[in-house]
Parts: sequence; structure tokens; C-alpha cells
Amino acid sequence: MIRGLGRRVISGVSRLGHATFFLARLMPALGAALTRMRLIVQQLYMTGVLTLVIVVVSGAFVGMILALQGYNTLVRYDAQSSLGLLVALSLTRELGPVLTALLFAGRAGSALTAEIGLMKATEQLAGMEMMAVDPLSRVVAPRFWAGWAAVPLLAMIFSAVGVIGAYIVAVGDLGLDGGVFWSQMQSGVSVSNDIMGGLVKSVVFGFVVSWIAVFEGYDAKPTSEGVSRATTRTVVSSSLAILGLDFIMTAFMLRGL
Amino acid sequence: MDRPTSTEPLVAVRDLAFYRDDRPIFEGLNLTVAKGSVTAIMGGSGSGKTTLLSLIGGRLLPIRGTVTVAGEVVGALSRKALFALRRRMGMLFQSSALLTDLDVYENVAFPMREHTRLPETLIHDLVLMKLEMVGLRGARALFPAELSGGMSRRVALARAIALDPMMVMYDEPFTGLDPISMGVIVKLIRELNDALGMTSIIVTHDVAEACTIADYIYLLGNGRVIAEGTPADMKKTDAPEVRQFMGGLPDGPVAFHYPASRYLDDLLMANQS
Amino acid sequence: MQAKSMEFTVGLFVVAGLLALAMLALKVGNIHALNLGGTYAVTADFNDIGSLKTKAPVTVAGVRVGHVAHITVDPTTYQAVVTLDLLKKYRFPRDSSASIETAGLLGEQYVSLSPGGSRHYLKNGGKIRITQSAIILEKIISQLLYSKAGHSSGHS
Repeated sequence: MIRGLGRRVISGVSRLGHATFFLARLMPALGAALTRMRLIVQQLYMTGVLTLVIVVVSGAFVGMILALQGYNTLVRYDAQSSLGLLVALSLTRELGPVLTALLFAGRAGSALTAEIGLMKATEQLAGMEMMAVDPLSRVVAPRFWAGWAAVPLLAMIFSAVGVIGAYIVAVGDLGLDGGVFWSQMQSGVSVSNDIMGGLVKSVVFGFVVSWIAVFEGYDAKPTSEGVSRATTRTVVSSSLAILGLDFIMTAFMLRGL
Repeated sequence: MDRPTSTEPLVAVRDLAFYRDDRPIFEGLNLTVAKGSVTAIMGGSGSGKTTLLSLIGGRLLPIRGTVTVAGEVVGALSRKALFALRRRMGMLFQSSALLTDLDVYENVAFPMREHTRLPETLIHDLVLMKLEMVGLRGARALFPAELSGGMSRRVALARAIALDPMMVMYDEPFTGLDPISMGVIVKLIRELNDALGMTSIIVTHDVAEACTIADYIYLLGNGRVIAEGTPADMKKTDAPEVRQFMGGLPDGPVAFHYPASRYLDDLLMANQS
Repeated sequence: MQAKSMEFTVGLFVVAGLLALAMLALKVGNIHALNLGGTYAVTADFNDIGSLKTKAPVTVAGVRVGHVAHITVDPTTYQAVVTLDLLKKYRFPRDSSASIETAGLLGEQYVSLSPGGSRHYLKNGGKIRITQSAIILEKIISQLLYSKAGHSSGHS
């Protein structure tokens, strides 16, 4: 069993090395892709706009649930005036970036992997190469940029919608005072620490999820089974990477580094 | 066949060796494709025909030996020079490899948009001209998923000649087509080759079609050329490998059986266990 | 999907994301806490800081003018050395005093400044000499109980 575990660790580490080499090869293509904004805009539509609905709906529900649960707990200590603060901190620091990245990995990351993997399986990438078009800069790089840019935007929307959802429940349903809700929030949420911290997290998540998604797609075995396995791997490794990185970054941020 | 073909070689393969996972695909392969000719490269499944096209296109690098295209050694080129060379080559994949998110028009326009700064009106005229050549001008708004196998191969052909290449490589262009579509493709390959002054390399195992349009045929086996000649020569030869392939005989020098232990031994083993 | 309308939708998406960020910064957070004008640091020694933490607010007359940057212990006096980052736009006389107070009965602790009358102002690296330590509720309660107990036993 230990041998099996060791083998897993070794194959995981070598896969990470493989992905790093891929990223290094992608670097020059990333610069080239920036000169063709139209392709990035097109991919921003596929990854960002089409993920928007699920992000808005989830954000609203998470905000409303936080308000109900938080109220239930805070009211025991007669501290329900801090509900806005509790919701806002939870959303901007943790839930916004993390849940958005998880949703993105499931909705857009898997689609990116499947699309690139299928293009490989149907020889579209090989065809481009033979037409003297570099698939890394034509296909992979715009998707990577778009994914990277979409996650922070989506995370901000998630948090904002969540706060509004919480406000609606807190003021409309639980009968809290709207002014107290906002003023407690404003005095407790720091822009430089909490909101920027959440933004930094989502930028990191966007980078990692997009990297995993395009790598798995480009590296997929060009068969239907290979593509389906790659898609699963994207969701699993992205989710693990998001949660692991979130722990590390939260630890650093709370220690004020 | 007395079509005018120059003897000047466009593609020369010299002493080529290529291995895939330690399994030799080619070992000392030599062949030449004359400029302006239609050359067929034939061989059984797994004889490395498609691999040869990848080597000519520079997608794979040989272990030993050289591939020379238009005077340039493919394996020794920088990425930039290789891409410049590829812009003068067209390739037709067996799967057509059309970009599924673009319609027929945009697929044919794709190489022009990527490699030229032509104005939109000129691209429009050029695309319609190429589509007219393959008879699919009316299908310009369809998407690859809406095309039949024969049609998508014709679109891929229009795309392959979009930049007026000096040569086109065809990977199994006849496979999986109904007789009519096959006839259309056979006719198109020959006509485009002669009308546009191109050179064509066809990888195939369809004996009849290859004999109809090829000027010269190479037969591959065991990693090297086992026979070559004009279609007439190939039909006349009495070399057993050639006769087996050209005649489609199930057994011969190329054995029907995959190498195995004695049949009787295998059966007895199964009974014992 | 037409190219133009797709571009428009993507544009809307980007605008929505930026608006969300703006809303978080302005409505949820307090953009003024970003200390746009820069800060200067002064220190104050306390005998007991109670449960004061870094990032706690520093206020004057209830208005936030800075925050607690670091808390350390002086190795010779064993007093708590609290570094305060104060907004540059506010200047305070050198004889101002600092006290640690609690927001409400059980709330967070913060530092409250009371300006003095000196004509010299605190500079970066300066020190507030007059301080009042945190009022520790448990100590007060235990003192109260002790004195009550002493009182009642004296009478009976």
C-alpha cells in the first residue's frame, strides 16, 4: 500500500513537472495571443459570459443562506447587527473566490479541456500545424487568457450579488435595519485586506484553473476515452488545487504577510 | 501515362530511419517525388504511410537520414523556417480536420486570414473560387457537422489549396467514401494537380484508384520501399510481395497470421488449465 | 451569434465585473480605509493592552484616524509597545494621550486619542507618553465582588 502511495506521489509530481514544461512552452504564445484580442473576446464569451448565470444564481443563494444561518447564530449573542459584516467578510475573503473558482472549473474548465481534447482527437490541431498555424497561440493561449481574466470578474460579481442577496433577506425578511447592515459592514471590511485579498485569491485561482484546463486538454489522449478522462482530471485537480491554495493563501494573509 | 512531368525532385527522402517506442517504422527508406507528378505511396495498414507524411511535413523528426523538400532539409529548419515551408504545403487529413466551430466559408478562409493581410473583398473572391473548384460554392454557409464525408473532404481540399501551395499531401483520400464521392475526389486530385501546377503525394491502400491517377507508385513494407514504378510496371511485375498487394491476396509473403506460437500448443495449454 | 452582439455581451460582462468590484470597495468596504494620503507611525507604551489586536481602529472623538500596526513587548520595562499608523492629514499635539477602550460591553477594543494643548506635533517615530491601559472587565468585577464581600462581612 505504501508502495502504491509512493507511486501516486511520484506520478503526481512528474505530472506537475510536465504541466510546468507545457506552461513554459505556452509563454511565448501568450504574448503573441495578446495581439489578437478578438480571439480572447470570443473565448471570454464562451468561458465568462456563459458561466455568469450559474455564478449569479449561486451567489444570490449563498448570500441568502449566509444571512439566515448567520442571523440564527448571532441572535443568541444579541449581535445580529454584525450580520452584514459576517456575510461580507465570508463572501469577499473566502466564499466568493473559492466557490466561483470551483463553479468555473466545473462549468468552463471542463468545457475548455473537452474542446481542446476533441480538437486534438479530430486532428484539428495537427491540421493547424500543417497549415503553419501554431495551435498554442491560436487555440490554447486565447482560452488561457480568457479563463484567467474571467475568474476574478466572476468572483467579484459573486460576492456583490451575495451581499445583495443577504441584504434582501436580512432587511426584508429578518427585519434588520438597513443602515446598520451597511455601516457595520463598512466599518469592519477593509478594502486593502479583505477585498483585495479576495481579488488576489481569485486571480491566482483563475490562473491555476485555466492552466490545468488547457494543459489537460492539450495533453489528452486523442480518443473519446482519453478526452473524457482528461475532463474529469481537470475538475478533480482544479478543485484540489483551489482548496489547497486557498488554505495556503489564507494562512499567509491572516498572518499579515 | 505520358503526362509531362519534370524529373527534378521536389521531395527527396534519403536513408530515413524512424522508430516509435523502439519499434522500427522506417529503416533505410529512400524515395523521390518528382515535381509536378502525382506520386502514390502504398502499403498495408501499419506500414507507416501516414508517419511518412508527418516526417515530410516536419511534425516528426527522423532518427537518422534526411527529408528534403524544395531543397530544404526539413529536420534542420528553425521553427520559423519550417512554418514558412509549411505555408507552401497543403495537407488533406483522413478525418478532414475541419475546424468545427467555423462554417465552410471560414474554414477555407482560415489560412488566408492567418497568413495574409488581404482585404475582405479579395478573401471573399478567393474563397468562392476555391469552393467553386471543388463544386461546393453553394455549401459555404454549412458547418462541418452538416457535411457528408465526401463533402467535408472536398472542403478540406479547398482549404489545402487556399494559399496555392507547391504541393499537397493526401492522407488516405479515398477511404470511407461511396463510389460517387470517390470518383469526384479522384478526378479533383488529378485536375487540381495539373491545372494549378502542383505536386501531389497520395498515401493510400486503394490499388485501383492509385493506379488510375498516379504517375509513379512506391510500395512500402518492412520499413523500406519494396517496389516502385509506374502503375503499368507495378501490374506487370512478378515480385511476390507486389503481386500479393496489387492483387489483394489474403496470404503470401505478408502472412495472414500475426506471429504466434503453434496453434496446437495454444489449444492444449488451454485444455490443461 | 453575430460577432458584434457577442462583443457587446462580453463588454457588458467586463463592466459588470468592474462594477461589482466598485460596489465591494465603496459600499461593502470603506475605500477611505485604504489610507490614500499615507500614514505616519507613533508608538505608545501600555501596562496592559487587554485584548487589543493589530488593525484595531485608532479614533479621536469617535472618528477613525488610523489603526494599530504592531504590538510588541519592551524587553526592559515589560510594557506593551503599540505602534499606531495615523493618517497624515491629521496632526496631534505631542502631549496627547492614548487610552484603550472597548466598543460596548463585550465589543472589540480600540485606541482612543485625546489631543493635548502643546504647539509641537507628533512626528513619524514619535511617542505618546500619557497612556491609560485597557479596562479589564473581569478585574473590575472581581474587585467589586471582593469589596462587596468585605463590606458585608464587616457588617455582620
